[in-house]
Formats: sequence, C-alpha cells, structure tokens
Amino acid sequence: MPNDLDAYLGVHAKALTLYSQRTQVLASNIANADTPGYRARDIDFRSALAEASSAQSVGQLRTTQARHIGTQQVNGTTVAELKYRTPLAPSLDGNTVDVQLEQAAFAENAVRYQATLTFINSKFRGLLTAITGQ
Amino acid sequence: MSSFKIFEVAGSGMSAQSVRLNTTASNLANAESVSGDPNNVYKAKHPLFEAIRAGLGANAATSGVAVKGIYESAAPPTARYEPGNPLADENGYVYAPAVNTVEEMVNMISASRSYQNNVEVMNTAKEMMLATLRLGQ
Repeated sequence: MPNDLDAYLGVHAKALTLYSQRTQVLASNIANADTPGYRARDIDFRSALAEASSAQSVGQLRTTQARHIGTQQVNGTTVAELKYRTPLAPSLDGNTVDVQLEQAAFAENAVRYQATLTFINSKFRGLLTAITGQ
Repeated sequence: MSSFKIFEVAGSGMSAQSVRLNTTASNLANAESVSGDPNNVYKAKHPLFEAIRAGLGANAATSGVAVKGIYESAAPPTARYEPGNPLADENGYVYAPAVNTVEEMVNMISASRSYQNNVEVMNTAKEMMLATLRLGQ
C-alpha cells in the first residue's frame, strides 16, 4: 500500500514536467525557424530524467552568494540543462533549425506527454478503485 | 503554469511571420510602381528577426521571436526605356523597384508555412494542457 503519492507515481510525475519543458524548447525552435543566428536547442532527456530522479535523494546545489553560478530552478523543480543541436545542414545566416526534425520531435514529445498522462491517470484510477472498494 | 509560455512563444512567431507576410505583400504590390526619379523609387522591405532571450538567462527554455526592424533593400532600381510613359524623365527612362517577384513568392510561401507551424504548436500545446486538466477524472 503506497503511503507516499510521489513514490506511488514513480518516475511519471518528473517525466511529465520534463516533457512539458521540452515542449517549450521545441516550440521556441519552431518559432525561431527563420531567425538569423538562432541555434536550435533540446533537452538530453535521459540524463535530465536521471538527474531529476536523483535530485531529491542527493540534495540540490544552493547558491548562497550573488556571484555563484545559479542552479536552474523554477518553483522547486530542476530545469533541465539545454544543449545545442548538432546541425545537419546549417544555413548561411547561422540558423541551425531543421523544421522537419523539430516538427517530428514536437509530435513525438506530445505523444509521450499524453502517454505519461495516461500512466498517471491509470495510477489514480487504481487508487480510486482501492478507496471505493468496488 | 509554465506551459503558458508556449502560447507566448508561438504567438510571437506568428506575429513575426505575419509581419513578413505584410512586407512581402507590399513588395509584390509595388513591384511595378515605376517612377521617373531613381531616388524616389519604392524599395523592397524585409523584416529582421531576432530571438528574445528572456527569463532564466542563457539557459532559458523559451525564446520567442521579435521583429528587430524592417530594412529596405539597397539594390539599385532597374531603368527601363519607356519614352511614352508620362512618368519618364527627360531621357525617356522610368525606374522600377528592385523587387524580385520570384523571391517574394518564395518568401510568401515560407512565411505562411512557418505561420501554420506555429499554429500547430499552439493547438498541440492547448490539447496537452486540456488533457492535463482532465487528469484524474
């Protein structure tokens, strides 16, 4: 019987946050498809998820002085480190957005987000079944 | 909820692309606006896009698009010998703007595709958020 909802949801809650962040990154890439000098970015999902999962057990870095390099945190959740995409065919104006690739990544990310939502939903449904006993 | 930023980003992309469509429309409309004075000819306008880096500094997840400005093409107008044209100068020349119609058509298609991409992003983000709101029901 789970007594901690976070532990019960497992990796899915963190995965959902990361997928939502990745949606933002990919949306920025698509929006800047014609911006000169813009370099496409993405989240290294595997390492980001591993980092997010271990963040609670290990403890997080804190900045105690103004000149410390800040850890990327928003509302207590770790923001994944962004990496630049290796361009396949960079254009002359320095833009490295490959629209087709970004669209594919965006679609994939959206489906994965929905899948994670479904996982969480069925977990809640399992809990509800246990509570109502039907 | 940070997902709302997607709407800002996609919205900024849409507005930037619509500025681009506007300049393209104006360039195409004025492609044949001849003048008798080479210094007074319509010049092709092009927007200059720039990524907005806001929020968390260099590692910010989102960056929208801003139109930094609209620059006018420095290409010289083409002189055409049309002595019958009432706008012609004393040598019989009129000056047509240096608008490359084919280039502008390509620009138009590119801008409209990019606009549609941003609309699609917005729709998907909206569906994802609505699905999240239905969580547990």
